[in-house]
Amino acid sequence: MVSTGSTTGFEFEYSPAPEARSIVDIKPSYGLFVNGEFVDGHGRSFKTVSPSTEEVLAEIAEADEADVDAAVKAARRAYARVWSKMSGAERGKYLFRIARILQERAREFAVLESIDNGKPIKESRDVDVPLAAAHFFYYAGWADKLQYAGLGPAPQPLGVAGQVIPWNFPLLMLAWKIAPALACGNTVVLKPAETTPLTALLFAEVCQQADLPPGVVNIVTGAGDTGRAVVSHPDVDKVAFTGSTEVGKAIARAVAGSKKKVTLELGGKGANIVFDDAPVDQAVEGIVNGIFFNQGHVCCAGSRLLVQESVADDVLARLKRRMATLRVGDPLDKNTDVGAINSAEQLAKIRELSDIGEADGAGRWSVECALPSNGFWFAPTIFTGVTQAHRIAREEIFGPVLSVITFRTPKEAVEKANNTPYGLSAGVWSDKGSRILWMASQLRAGVVWSNTFNKFDPASPFGGYKESGYGREGGRHGLAAYLKDGVVA
Amino acid sequence: MKATAPSPGATTYAQETSSDAALGRFLHGLPGVDQVGAEQRAAALGTRSIKTESKKKAIDLAIRMVDLTTLEGMDTPGKVRALAAKAMRPDPADPSCPPTAAICVYGDMVGVAREALGVSAGSTGRVHIAAVATAFPSGRAPMEVKLADTRDAVEAGADEIDMVIDRGAFLSGRYLEVFEEIVAVREACARPDGSTAHLKVILETGELQTYDNVRRASWLAMLAGGHFIKTSTGKVQPAATLPVTLVMLEAVRDFREATGQQIGVKPAGGIRSSKDAIKYLVTVNEVAGADWLDPDWFRFGASTLLNDLLMQRTKMQTGRYSGPDYFTLD
Repeated sequence: MVSTGSTTGFEFEYSPAPEARSIVDIKPSYGLFVNGEFVDGHGRSFKTVSPSTEEVLAEIAEADEADVDAAVKAARRAYARVWSKMSGAERGKYLFRIARILQERAREFAVLESIDNGKPIKESRDVDVPLAAAHFFYYAGWADKLQYAGLGPAPQPLGVAGQVIPWNFPLLMLAWKIAPALACGNTVVLKPAETTPLTALLFAEVCQQADLPPGVVNIVTGAGDTGRAVVSHPDVDKVAFTGSTEVGKAIARAVAGSKKKVTLELGGKGANIVFDDAPVDQAVEGIVNGIFFNQGHVCCAGSRLLVQESVADDVLARLKRRMATLRVGDPLDKNTDVGAINSAEQLAKIRELSDIGEADGAGRWSVECALPSNGFWFAPTIFTGVTQAHRIAREEIFGPVLSVITFRTPKEAVEKANNTPYGLSAGVWSDKGSRILWMASQLRAGVVWSNTFNKFDPASPFGGYKESGYGREGGRHGLAAYLKDGVVA
Repeated sequence: MKATAPSPGATTYAQETSSDAALGRFLHGLPGVDQVGAEQRAAALGTRSIKTESKKKAIDLAIRMVDLTTLEGMDTPGKVRALAAKAMRPDPADPSCPPTAAICVYGDMVGVAREALGVSAGSTGRVHIAAVATAFPSGRAPMEVKLADTRDAVEAGADEIDMVIDRGAFLSGRYLEVFEEIVAVREACARPDGSTAHLKVILETGELQTYDNVRRASWLAMLAGGHFIKTSTGKVQPAATLPVTLVMLEAVRDFREATGQQIGVKPAGGIRSSKDAIKYLVTVNEVAGADWLDPDWFRFGASTLLNDLLMQRTKMQTGRYSGPDYFTLD
């Protein structure tokens, strides 16, 4: 070999590249946002912590039943007096304004989301916040065109929507809930998750900044009791929930027999199916993105890798090599790929299910990486030799843990992919277009991605089959969830 | 044309390179590249934030990887002498600044370059002379002309030969023809003393167009014994892009896994800023691995890039940007 200077190995260590925290101003305590103002809650206040450091960030008010009742009353008043009477074009202006403010304050939202949730800044900056703004832009455009949505000549809003959202995409899920509700003329009472309330409370400030009429958006913080109070309030016309299947079932029972319209977006155990003719390097990226994006805290995560047996060894070798380059650590570092697990409780659940996987005889492999001593962390992990009978192949782990299952034929891939109580997402990796189309028609999943994974767009409906829930969010379908059925004016 | 000393890669894949049909089957049997996915991956690598100490080290490494290039009809001995001086001491104000890897010139300028660099051929630890050959940039000339072009440059003292493949043959599926041409040029790189000039094979990815073609041409060049695969001549747009380089880095990584033989990669043309160069280094680091983070295994074919690297280097040292007039224009 020709020598052109030093041949000593070059270690390319990336120096810390932290996003500045100074842009956010976290108050010591937060109240509830009711009727356009911040008010005290009457429940027991609770603390929200940063999952990457366990630092207490703020004291959050808890809404009790009376607080929720006040919020629903404010929403009802705003609905009856202002919002339902306003023209679609006027409602659209408010939504456009909110979307623009979200863009203007994008960095602030991204940093706050990463601090409160533990997700890497590159995801909050490049995915969560831009998509949240995109949802407001998208539904702002529908506000004055509802009669052309194919949902009747004069679609009517439902009234007050009670919305409960999870902690994995706090701001984005808020946008998925609030944007279509408001565009259709409803008012909302929204409860963010107890571990991630801060961006919702910052969004409340955005509502003030946008001069949104008081009561159109109300945000009540709290845990399960507050959520129950929201969904079971008798004057709520519509319940929208994103979260666990267990809670979703409880909500479905609670509202059964009432006039309430319900949409539920619940758990998943998505199959990412890799055929032997897949573009293998991109498939590996898709596998990584499918399960390690957002620490695997994704309801539509590709948590089961179904790989054709003839290429399984090659794909796994490539996957492990790729996983070794994942950077786990400080969520505010711009080079972090995998951040912190959201809570001690979730970490315990991931550990428990992973230990069960090991006890069941699956082969456990994790990236060797130094994890910070404070905070909640779990190294990206894969389980090989998993069969359909293993609990880690059936239960949602909701963490950075991938179960690898092999198949021999397309038919077997379909059977295994569909052999789950869930049906939210699936991915198909193949260079053969006809096979992709055939697979998409066979898979019982609300979203089927081909040669990509975890792609979201406000124009595309999202939702589940079976225990993954019902109703669709996003796109034209997302409007139907916030409009009365078949009303002809 | 039969190679006397086939590359280790070709030995491993003797069957696959035995006929046009077999070679075609092999190249078309390589896993496909999904365009959207490859571009998305390159874009994601481009968002890495390289700061402070790591940036300093990356800039110095990038300078050491530059093949400082002039390939113009208007090239003169004076121009080449100036280029050589710049390559040896890129920043006259700072002796700690490393030299570039090589200067890259037309074959007829090799003698001038050698004189200007003031060294005898084959001595180590100095700026290399790379010469483009084989009817660069189009590659459209009779085989004898291409080989004579190569031999002349080697004889004149070129350390490295940058050849172009026959894209017409490649695009019409005459893969064996391209293969044999590379083998023959590699033979023409041999010196009487038994050593050989390093062969860089320019794929001209801007004309191959698809990433599938880039992957196939990369394998073809590696099987035929190229020491480096290079994106572009710089005369066709687009020249080097990050996704194309990513696909080529995947190819050299996979080739080493399969044969144990390491091949270098050289993106050329269109890389003008330090920021871009660092994106490439990040991609090398995370796709092929740290083994390629060395001028022996990765090069930048560039001219204007060097001054931006120097400006950034000075800025890192002094905390201030100086104007372009503080850096030499050669």
